[in-house]
Amino acid sequence: MALELDFEKPIIEIEKRIKDLKAISDAGHVDLTEEIALLSSKIEPLKKEIYSNLEPWQVARLARHIDRPSTLEYVKHICGDDFVEMHGDRLFRDDPAIVGGIGVIDGRSVMIVGHQKGCDTQSNIYRNFGMPHPEGYRKALRLMRLAEQFNMPIITFIDTPGAFPGIGAEERGQSEAIAKNLAEMSAIRVPIMCFITGEGGSGGALALGVGDKVFMFEFSIYSVISAEGCAAILWNDPNKAKEAASALKFKSTDLLKAGIIDEILTEPVGGAHRDHKTAAEEIKKCILKYLPSLIAVSADNLIEERYNKFRRIGKFAGEEEQENG
Amino acid sequence: MGWFDKLRSKTAKSQENQLKQEIPPQKTSDLWKKCPGCGETILTKDLVRNLFLCIKCDYHMRMPVWDRVALLADDNSFVEFNQELKSADPLNFVDSKPYPQRIEEAIKKTDAFDAAMTGYVQIEGIKAILGVMNFEFMGGSMGSVVGEKLTDALERGASEKLPVVIVATSGGARMQEGILSLMQMAKTSAAVKKLNTAKVPFISILTDPTTGGVSASFASLGDFNIAEPNALICFAGPRVIEQTIRQKLPEGFQKAKFLLEHGMLDCIVHRRTLKKQVGKILHILNNGR
Repeated sequence: MALELDFEKPIIEIEKRIKDLKAISDAGHVDLTEEIALLSSKIEPLKKEIYSNLEPWQVARLARHIDRPSTLEYVKHICGDDFVEMHGDRLFRDDPAIVGGIGVIDGRSVMIVGHQKGCDTQSNIYRNFGMPHPEGYRKALRLMRLAEQFNMPIITFIDTPGAFPGIGAEERGQSEAIAKNLAEMSAIRVPIMCFITGEGGSGGALALGVGDKVFMFEFSIYSVISAEGCAAILWNDPNKAKEAASALKFKSTDLLKAGIIDEILTEPVGGAHRDHKTAAEEIKKCILKYLPSLIAVSADNLIEERYNKFRRIGKFAGEEEQENG
Repeated sequence: MGWFDKLRSKTAKSQENQLKQEIPPQKTSDLWKKCPGCGETILTKDLVRNLFLCIKCDYHMRMPVWDRVALLADDNSFVEFNQELKSADPLNFVDSKPYPQRIEEAIKKTDAFDAAMTGYVQIEGIKAILGVMNFEFMGGSMGSVVGEKLTDALERGASEKLPVVIVATSGGARMQEGILSLMQMAKTSAAVKKLNTAKVPFISILTDPTTGGVSASFASLGDFNIAEPNALICFAGPRVIEQTIRQKLPEGFQKAKFLLEHGMLDCIVHRRTLKKQVGKILHILNNGR
């Protein structure tokens, strides 16, 4: 375990004790099967208890967990060998913070695009911690247009702290790149399914998030600004991140209630970082469940419904009374 | 959207014949303003007369929303729609004060219900739809109301074949409405796409400052992107970038000229000639349609 979160400590401690007992038992000194069974039986209820009562800022930490599966890992589990990665925006360079390519899911050709974080310091530096430059978004758009040309549904994976704030990113039009994706995705004539798998960080996340169906993993987050950023601006104090995390209502349950996402995907007990394969299967199941019905919709209806899905979002004073009256 | 149509028809009726041009008195208590360019202290009433251009160095200072309308619209041509659309408090958001209180204070301060105003207009004799953002209202931040008003403006443009001109000025998405604010980026950008598909021109005027979620949505998507001199236009603000990369930013970084040089703008236009230039562009584009 590369990273221990404080609220996970009780679980990790029991796991460690089981491991120790097993080592003793395996060495053949004493038979500890009963003790091990007893401890093991405690783990699942404990996990359930801990993970069903997480505070928003704790969920944010899970969403950012370095061991959480990344886009390429999901692709490996979902497509196996049937995936060919594509590179570059054909304009400037290849951005390693966004990956994409063509693949096959259960016999159907698809385009997959997603943010890519690293799994350790070195790979995270290479992936820029999953924070794309404009060329990343332009690569994503190039791939999505290709998908449209070859009539392939698009699957996007969203997991980024946000679009990168840097000199080169501004010089090359970070704003324009994001804006263009939002506009173009709204009218791409093939189905788009979006999966928020970890951190849905603001505009940099939304730039891959305009789809017909938007799903969120249980312990992922999706927010207009990070809790830290919000605390710094509105509270004038970055240490108020916990308060900001609660105020922003960025948990999957909040987003489902607000009508922003279509469904919450259950994570393996203890979080996706504890069981990559099961997490990937959950996504695959979801794709197989919804894709056929999306493919059956005519392209005109598809983009009209997609437009309306986002068109509807907004809350206004006096709305309740007006709607009821 | 049933309630909204009702609201729309109500406001349309009350306003159709009442052409708005009487500018409400400036609600600013400051008698003086300091020029951010040269530091000169200028009487506010002199600034109003001088289009909020510094009398000494011609610096383009921020312009209140009604002055902006007066700058661009032909006399008595602006007819506002969706005027009364007002924000709810979807998250029950409280930071140092509750969000509804912030809204009420902003309404009192600005005489507007939110940070954007939209309406029918004539510019140099050409019928169009005009949207103007209001920086004095919570930093021009985009929440549900701003998103809805601008989306409706763009949709009217598409269905009524009227070119759309939007003057942007904003600190970005409105944090107090959380994810709903983020989604306004998608909503407004999709509406621009709708306008594109209808082959109706969209002129985006980026003024100081246009940043974050507004810069990263409709404001960057004009068929024509025009900026005012000195305007700060960026995705991430200079302070955030300095903190991230820990180095000093070059002179003029993220100012209008920088964006023009990097290919993000069609032109930079002085405020005194802005109306003429917009009219000229609309005329040429209309001719081509």
